[in-house]
Amino acid sequence: MRVSPRSATLLLFLAVFAALPFLLASSFHLRVATLVWIQALAAVGLNLLMGLAGQVSLGHAGFFGIGAYAVALGPRHLGLDPLLSALAGLILSGLLALLVGRPILRLRGHYLAVATLGLGILVWLVLNSEVALTGGPDGTQVPRLVLFGWRVAGAETWYWITGAVLLVGVWLALNLEDSPLGRALRALHDSEVAARVIGIDVARTKLVVFVIAAIYAALAGSLLGLFNRFVTPQVADFLHSIELVTMVVIGGMGSTLGAIVGAAILTVLPQALTVFHDYEHAVLGFMIILFMIFLRQGIVPGLAALLPRRAVA
Amino acid sequence: MQRRQLIGGLAGAALLALATPSLAQAPIRIGSVLSITGPASFLGDPEARTLRLYIDRINQAGGVLGRRLELVLYDDGGDANRARTFATRLVEDDRVIAVVGGTTTGTSMAMIPVFEEAKIPFISLAGGIEIIEPVKPFTFKTPHTDKMACEKIFEDLKRRGLTRVGLISGTGGFGASMRNQCLRVAGNFGIQIVADERYGPGDTDMTPQLTRIRNVAGGVQAVINADFGQGPAIVTRNFAQLNMGVPLYQSHGVASRSFIELAGAAAEGVRLPAAALLVAEQLPDNDPQKRVVMEYKQLFESTQNQPVSTFGGHAYDGLMILVEAIKRANSTDGTKIRDAIRATRGFIGTGGVVNMSATDHMGLDLSAFRMIEIRGGTWKLID
Repeated sequence: MRVSPRSATLLLFLAVFAALPFLLASSFHLRVATLVWIQALAAVGLNLLMGLAGQVSLGHAGFFGIGAYAVALGPRHLGLDPLLSALAGLILSGLLALLVGRPILRLRGHYLAVATLGLGILVWLVLNSEVALTGGPDGTQVPRLVLFGWRVAGAETWYWITGAVLLVGVWLALNLEDSPLGRALRALHDSEVAARVIGIDVARTKLVVFVIAAIYAALAGSLLGLFNRFVTPQVADFLHSIELVTMVVIGGMGSTLGAIVGAAILTVLPQALTVFHDYEHAVLGFMIILFMIFLRQGIVPGLAALLPRRAVA
Repeated sequence: MQRRQLIGGLAGAALLALATPSLAQAPIRIGSVLSITGPASFLGDPEARTLRLYIDRINQAGGVLGRRLELVLYDDGGDANRARTFATRLVEDDRVIAVVGGTTTGTSMAMIPVFEEAKIPFISLAGGIEIIEPVKPFTFKTPHTDKMACEKIFEDLKRRGLTRVGLISGTGGFGASMRNQCLRVAGNFGIQIVADERYGPGDTDMTPQLTRIRNVAGGVQAVINADFGQGPAIVTRNFAQLNMGVPLYQSHGVASRSFIELAGAAAEGVRLPAAALLVAEQLPDNDPQKRVVMEYKQLFESTQNQPVSTFGGHAYDGLMILVEAIKRANSTDGTKIRDAIRATRGFIGTGGVVNMSATDHMGLDLSAFRMIEIRGGTWKLID
């Protein structure tokens, strides 16, 4: 039986997901794995925008921040259930993406990158300076998630929850790649003119995927807020946006598995490199440079390009 | 001098040799998560240097309870999410018995639930009052709060008979929090805040705000600036350019050499509340803190080749309070150490004299702050 790349990605992820808890010794390791799932969710969404449509968002952490702050502020100011607040956060960032993307995505070139850069910084500014509303730079507490009377706590529980959400997210993303929308996106990535000629509404298609990517990021933000039970404006800062873009680029643009691998590398490496103390950042930077030089298409597509020849033979 | 050091070293080595059997026991692990890099690195770096320096010294002197101390130190880069991850790592993987650290209020607040749940004593090095209010069973802190800075300034204003005050604050975390505290306690001192101006973190000219303060109906008798970093230096320069003609007060947030360098001649006559460490040499010999701050200052400056800062002093205080508590508890059990920290009385640190209790997990009073004036380009103790 031939396994399609799509089911291969899903099966591989499922295997790692199920096996990890047996390999990881402490709840600290489970916590790091949970953070990987959360960052990967945002990266998988961003990969749809960057890898498929070829558009760059430099303010994705802004949407991430909206999701994270929704679960903190909804219960506090409006008395909403955390789950309902998370939903409100998803809708809000989707609408914001729609509002910003609508005029911008009609233009060609790097306008989206510039606009999202501004948007992300705006979100960060609001979170920082509206002290009465958001708690300001020192952050704010997030109430514990209670599902039908069950108090969600513990690293292992969150490992399963975030992993399951990521699994659904990956499945949806893979389906989208093979849908008419996905094919339209790949077409306009190659040539917008050609795509328009064969009847694709370029602006609308880009807008749809931008909104989807924003919702992925907001969901990841909500999960992080509920898991940490504390948020600070750093979740929305520019460096985090860059980090998300780096995850997608390192893992391999256009590869969903690559986005997960990229998220895993950028989340786990800083933990592993603490042994280098003062040289931690230098080593991390050096490794990223090595990846970019030797696996130029990204880790997953780069390695996959090496594999099949042997697999065929 | 060199010979004395040599003899001291030999004596230390002999002691070490004698103590070897007990030192062979597992070391006592103390954790720390600091913002050594990132925007708060000017706080985190001296803190990290202080912890490393003093843990080495304590080990050379035979350790604690006959066991060596081991410092497990992580850099969170000022990111609360990373701080939280490192906090779980300290608890789960490194199995530390206590934690000194948390450079900013944000990172400290993110870590508190982890240590509270694990029943591990945590001494924070951040200023925010919410760290210890309400009191949490295992959480302590060593730095003064911004509320105390307001009170100290108001006390000085009252003594000088000045009641009509203009407030100008930065919108950053420190400035915003201090502004709130000042507005809250002003009434207790009979002080009237007649102007309340603010400026953003990147602003390069505060003349408009200061002009509005000057033109307030009825006038102002003094101006208070609540912020740290570059903002206060610009305010001070603009203040001098406008020739405001009233006293200017800064907060403890500017208590570093770079402020005097940035503000230049305009800094002359500016007053601020700060820890005794800043004016160590000027303290009278009978001051209880004199010996401690001089020792810390000399050791830090001779080994690190950089001027001492009050932030490193907070780390010194936190570590020493912890070490003394471990000795008194004669145990490495979290709850016993916590009880011992809580029972700290009359501990003399760089930040002041510490008297902890079940309801006060900082233990400093207003006497911990000194009023300082900038004269001739340097700090001058005035009370």
